[in-house]
Amino acid sequence: MARFVVRRVLTMILVLFAISLLTFAIFEAIPSDPAVRLAGRHANPAQIAEVAHKYGFDKPFYVQYLRTMKNIFTGQAYSYTQGFSVNSEIRAGLPATLSLALGAGILWLLASIAVGTLAAVKAGRYMDRLLTVLSMMGVSFPPFFLGAVLIYFLGYKAHIFPLGDYVPLTKNPVQWLVHLVLPWFTLSVLFVGFYSRVLRSTILDTINEDFVRTAKAKGLSPGKVLSRHILRNSLIPIISLWGLDLAQVIGGGAILTESVYNLHGVGQLAAISIGSLDIIPILVIVMFTAFAVVILAAVMDVVYAYLDPRIRLQ
Amino acid sequence: MATTSTSGTEFSGEIPAQGGGLGADIPPGIGPWRLAGRRLRRNKVALFFGGVFLLIVAMCLLAPVYSHDVAHAGLADQFVDKPVKVGNKSEYVLSLTGIPIGPTWHSRFFLGADGNGRDTAVRLLYGGRNSLEVGFIATIITMLLGVSLGVIAGFRRGILDTVIRFGLDVIWAFPAVLLGVALGVSIAVGGLGPIKGNSLFVPAFVIGFVYIPYVAKPVRGQVLGLREREFVDAARQQGLSNIRIMLFEILPNLSSTIIVFLPLILANAILLEAGLSFLGAGVQPPNPSWGTMISDGLQSIPAAFHNVLVPGIMLVIAVMSINVFGDGLRDALDPRAKVRIAH
Repeated sequence: MARFVVRRVLTMILVLFAISLLTFAIFEAIPSDPAVRLAGRHANPAQIAEVAHKYGFDKPFYVQYLRTMKNIFTGQAYSYTQGFSVNSEIRAGLPATLSLALGAGILWLLASIAVGTLAAVKAGRYMDRLLTVLSMMGVSFPPFFLGAVLIYFLGYKAHIFPLGDYVPLTKNPVQWLVHLVLPWFTLSVLFVGFYSRVLRSTILDTINEDFVRTAKAKGLSPGKVLSRHILRNSLIPIISLWGLDLAQVIGGGAILTESVYNLHGVGQLAAISIGSLDIIPILVIVMFTAFAVVILAAVMDVVYAYLDPRIRLQ
Repeated sequence: MATTSTSGTEFSGEIPAQGGGLGADIPPGIGPWRLAGRRLRRNKVALFFGGVFLLIVAMCLLAPVYSHDVAHAGLADQFVDKPVKVGNKSEYVLSLTGIPIGPTWHSRFFLGADGNGRDTAVRLLYGGRNSLEVGFIATIITMLLGVSLGVIAGFRRGILDTVIRFGLDVIWAFPAVLLGVALGVSIAVGGLGPIKGNSLFVPAFVIGFVYIPYVAKPVRGQVLGLREREFVDAARQQGLSNIRIMLFEILPNLSSTIIVFLPLILANAILLEAGLSFLGAGVQPPNPSWGTMISDGLQSIPAAFHNVLVPGIMLVIAVMSINVFGDGLRDALDPRAKVRIAH
């Protein structure tokens, strides 16, 4: 077990390093000289050279890489075009993003379990067909379009929900909830469509296993067989998907939902930075999200290896 | 597990399905592809949606014809200062306050005008052409690279496998939209070699790159199993080179996996294109795409919601028809997915 953990942590560190290198390479690939942009429109070559020297743009690649990474991890990363501190902007966006992610995460996990189980139990029947069609629609709806439609019909037309924006929980809990209902729903639709299909097929695989037959044979009620024996085994892939997706959403992966509802979260910060070609905030967000995913994946691998000794031997 | 399987899908075309005695309703000597075709033909819903998608593709390809002969409006023609004859009367397509007219249901401005006084229907078809083009090119890139990397990693194993898997893990760790955005923006600014920044190849390349791990990882897993099979041993003993084994022994056995992945990647590529374009990191103006049209349309809600609704509905129908058809295709190729339950 200890060997497995050490090996897993070492690969994780390597992947993290590669991620930071790749992100930095993307940033380096932009040929437009940041020094020119920083120096302003009317700068002469001497001023541009001075700015380049001050920010270290004239240094070799690895020096710039180390410097940028140091800046990012010590909270010294600043937007080149806006001048704001990226870390404090991310901190400002985090409450909105966390509210969105946690609420939607719980919603889409519970809804997927319900829909997937129902579809599997009724497999081949009318209900299953209906749920299949619905989940097909769910995975086909881009969140920004679904969001726009909901805002238009339930906001502008029916005046049931606000048109977007985020209200902090500490300021007004009721308004916080009202403002988040549509974003939660929008973000969940896509995941429910996908997860419920996965769960349906895992349940259908599990249902023919020997231990399920044994459970039935010893006289357990169908409900108990389903909840204690089938679901407990079928939920593993769903839960691991859920953990990774949640990490992505927390890191700003719900960029489309955040933008269309104007939630001022981490994802929207990235979206706004795209508009002004402000690459530093995008990079920091992308990198932190990827980090979150990698670390969570490693933690889950270790937990699985602890729970299931067969994995350790692979 | 063997009882439900015709074990047919793992063999290449000409070899007849093994185990004709397993299913009483399966006459002996019918190849797995014909069986799959038969199952697919029986699935009317999947066929219907496949037809819908072909129709959309045909419509988008006919965009120039529509623009020239029906709508009499080019892609970039703005009808701002002169009234346009719509049906029997003349109308301004933009009101004095700049609000575009909605669908007229006449040949001109059939679906209304956009915020710049351009014909929405014309832009919808041209935009669809771009969206589909990006989707198809991205799918080809993903499949080519994903399958080759997966086959090489799974077949060669060893250090090459470790390196490829590592690379895939790195790409996979990024959320698709965020990586697409970061790559899309940086390439759109500077271009990529000879490719200009506003070329359609930029989003196609970015999307194709992002989805590689989603294909390469399962392919690798399957190749790991295939390489231990007897027919690979036989080929090796005949003295076939590794490349020939990979191309002519392993690859044909992956064909049903590849076919199942094609619609899945295509649907997701079109969705990601729309998302990136919506954020300004995909198809660049003046090229329209469904994503950029939705994003433009959002500027003028609630006054002219048709400019969001029209491209959005088209996008959803296109993606959904690919998904439903792909689902039917998977059921046809892998009947084991359709497990019957004993209640």
